[in-house]
Amino acid sequence: MLNWAIVSPLIAALFVPFLSKYVRSIHTGWFVLPIPVLLFSYFIQHLPLKPYGQTIPWIPSLGMDFQVYMDGLGLLFSLLITGIGSLVVLYSIYYLPKEKEKLGHFYVYLLLFMGAMLGVVLSDNAIVLYLFWELTSFSSFLLIGYWNERDRSRYGAQKSMLITVFGGLSLLGGFLLLSIMSGGTYSIRGWIDMAGAWPEHPLFLPAMLLILLGAFTKSAQFPFYIWLPDAMEAPTPVSAYLHSATMVKAGIYIVARFTPIFAVSPLWVWLVMGVGMATLCWASFHAARQTDLKGLLAYSTVSQLGLIMSLLGAGALAFHGDLSDRRLYTAAVIAAVFHLINHATFKGSLFMAAGIVDHETGTRDIRRLGGLLGIMPVTFTVAVIGSLSMAGIPPFNGFLSKEMFFAAMVQVANADWLSLEVWGALFPVLAWVGSVFTFLYSVLFVGKTFFGAPKPSAWPKQPHEAPAGMLVAPVVLAVLVIGFGLFPNVLSETVIAPAADAVVNGLLRGEGLSVHISHWHGWTTEVWMTIGVIAVGALLYKTFPSWKRVYGAFPEQLSLNRLYDASVRHMEEQSYRLTSAYMTGYVRTYFVYIFSAMMALLIATIALKVDWGLSFRHVAEVGVHELILVLAALAGTVTTVAAKSRLVAIIALGSVGYTVSLFFVLFRAPDLALTQLVIETISVSLFLLCFYHLPKLSRHEKGVRFRLGNAILSLGVGALVSVIALLAYSEKNFASIAQYHIENAYEKAAGKNIVNVILVDFRGFDTLFEICVLAIAALGIYALVKLKAPKGESGKYE
Amino acid sequence: MEIVMIVVIGCLFAGATYLILSKSLLRIIIGTGLLSHGAHLLLLTMGGLKKGAPPLLGVQAEQYVDPVPQALILTAIVISFGVTAFLLVLAYRSYQEIGTDNIERMRGKEDHD
Repeated sequence: MLNWAIVSPLIAALFVPFLSKYVRSIHTGWFVLPIPVLLFSYFIQHLPLKPYGQTIPWIPSLGMDFQVYMDGLGLLFSLLITGIGSLVVLYSIYYLPKEKEKLGHFYVYLLLFMGAMLGVVLSDNAIVLYLFWELTSFSSFLLIGYWNERDRSRYGAQKSMLITVFGGLSLLGGFLLLSIMSGGTYSIRGWIDMAGAWPEHPLFLPAMLLILLGAFTKSAQFPFYIWLPDAMEAPTPVSAYLHSATMVKAGIYIVARFTPIFAVSPLWVWLVMGVGMATLCWASFHAARQTDLKGLLAYSTVSQLGLIMSLLGAGALAFHGDLSDRRLYTAAVIAAVFHLINHATFKGSLFMAAGIVDHETGTRDIRRLGGLLGIMPVTFTVAVIGSLSMAGIPPFNGFLSKEMFFAAMVQVANADWLSLEVWGALFPVLAWVGSVFTFLYSVLFVGKTFFGAPKPSAWPKQPHEAPAGMLVAPVVLAVLVIGFGLFPNVLSETVIAPAADAVVNGLLRGEGLSVHISHWHGWTTEVWMTIGVIAVGALLYKTFPSWKRVYGAFPEQLSLNRLYDASVRHMEEQSYRLTSAYMTGYVRTYFVYIFSAMMALLIATIALKVDWGLSFRHVAEVGVHELILVLAALAGTVTTVAAKSRLVAIIALGSVGYTVSLFFVLFRAPDLALTQLVIETISVSLFLLCFYHLPKLSRHEKGVRFRLGNAILSLGVGALVSVIALLAYSEKNFASIAQYHIENAYEKAAGKNIVNVILVDFRGFDTLFEICVLAIAALGIYALVKLKAPKGESGKYE
Repeated sequence: MEIVMIVVIGCLFAGATYLILSKSLLRIIIGTGLLSHGAHLLLLTMGGLKKGAPPLLGVQAEQYVDPVPQALILTAIVISFGVTAFLLVLAYRSYQEIGTDNIERMRGKEDHD
């Protein structure tokens, strides 16, 4: 059943094109909507959770089966994917007009993505997981480039494709290394069970780094976040779904899933925590400078993902300390899971609100927006709830998870191992700074859009409140934001505890992992930190115009986007330069490569392998006739090469051919001599025919220009052939099989000419195909002569 | 004798290589002609040039020369003749169509700028 739940969106995607083509009167989205809704109700039935798995054989001989396993983590993500998926489909029905858009394409891509994402979070087989992982990259590529007639869309789609596929491939590498370490299994649960002895394994570190690379690229961590702001060219429902709630959390999922395997390594803790924290600070700092609503939300997504990532890193500390530490740091995992849910709800609602603003005013530029408060009260309410939750203001859910975040980072500062006694104090400070900027951009988002004076002249459209249908999804999400804020413990035992338990893999087994989220702990450090965030954030917002220039101080040349663009351009240029450097287009160059490579290989082989014990016991003695012929052949060769005119070269070649046939006579090969004579005659006449038809060229004929390089190369080739022939001849190991042919030519084949018997009897097949060669050559020549391109079509060269 | 023949074959190969590296199409084909002569002689030489009767059972002899390389060479001669003939006609036709014999000027058009 679980397997079918995963592939059901993929199967449904097959029917969408027909629906969108033949049922024009109804918006295709209405047909798609039941799928996520049904899946959501299916997944919610699993509460309270009892983990279970299922396997459908796929390639059992390679250990690759469609193995699925549902535990707390998988269930949490499945609920997010299907729940927010339903709301996004509903929203998109009102967002995308039926008449103008290619709805069939949109919903096919969206369903592909939904199925792929469910596959990622529920697969237990790493290869199947990877398969779905790439399908998410692929469908995300299609969705970002949905308006493919726009340059920016295509650029964003290509960029996200390059970066996430790069990460995906390294993820595959990590999986393969893990499979080698585990002796061939691909089951992730199997790996987790075996992981105890691995930290000493030489492949442990590479596997960890590769998997982290995959997770960081997908989840837009520093410095791979650059694709996410450019992915904002996608339609807003896509941004809300993929680039805030689901796909960008796939990397979070991978980190959480592999925590039980890798968390014992200090490097893992430091990388996950450090990269997450760097991403949080960097992206929240840059979010405040964005002038595009969706750009601001994209950077804020990146920073929030960094926050979750650093919490997962802190949670990995639970694998290090003693028992009391375990419980303390598991709290970080709980915070991560809780913030994951909170972020999906408030960021989804914020994207939808931004989409409504865009849809109703025609612009997303905050410099042109303002004063929409009175015009769009519902959208405003949604945006305020989302923003305040994002900023971490009570009583919304973002407040709770931010408190837990501060608490966890203060815990990290108190740790006294893994060098945390030295650097640990940095984490609460950075977390606090990141939160101040989070507050700032959250307030900017609402303030610039809805407050201030209206600027009707700057709006492309006359705005009014969005239709009710479009508001349903964001309102539902906003209600959830408040609901989870006021009653967080609805989630704690049902969803958060099983998910956190899956991340720490029963580290607290026996003691029970209990989650209780309370609003008020007394006057703790984190409360003072929150008060500080609000105070400093408000101050920064008030003075924002006066210090905005700070952003200009950062040199644009050093920004990561510039770096990415320049490196892509450089790679293209350099590979083009490299290719045009060695692919000259001249046949001679390629011949030089081929001859040199042949020589290098043969010389190296001879130098390394051969012992020079030459012996020539069987050598026949040299006769006078042969010597004369040798001289003739040499003279012919020299003349051919050195001849000034082609005619002389042709005749010299003929002389070499006749000398060869005389050699055949001397070496007792009458059939060869006959054939050689006849064929040489025909060849020479053909050469002459060819020559004769070149009247223009023959007149001003030049000799072969002497080139030293060519001469050295050809002497080398000749010498090498001689050396190899000598070596081979001196090491004659076996007698020839000639004796059999000589004895049986008459006895068995009734012929006395042994060569002819071999040609037509012992080895007749060769002869058959040599006849074919001649036939093909004859037909080819006939075609060449007879078939001519009509005038004007034969391409003249240069 | 074999050693002498091997040297001759080396010279044939060297000459053939030199011609193949030249600019004129006709010379390249002449080079392939030299190369096949070299290869045929190499086959014969490596089979052994021991004295013996021609491989005809009508000639009563103690010993015959090895007939197998001869059969191989015969096949090779015919095939290389077919290929050479085709090459020559191809060269002839390309003179007609392109109007040049210079291989350096026979470059494909670039696919993109």
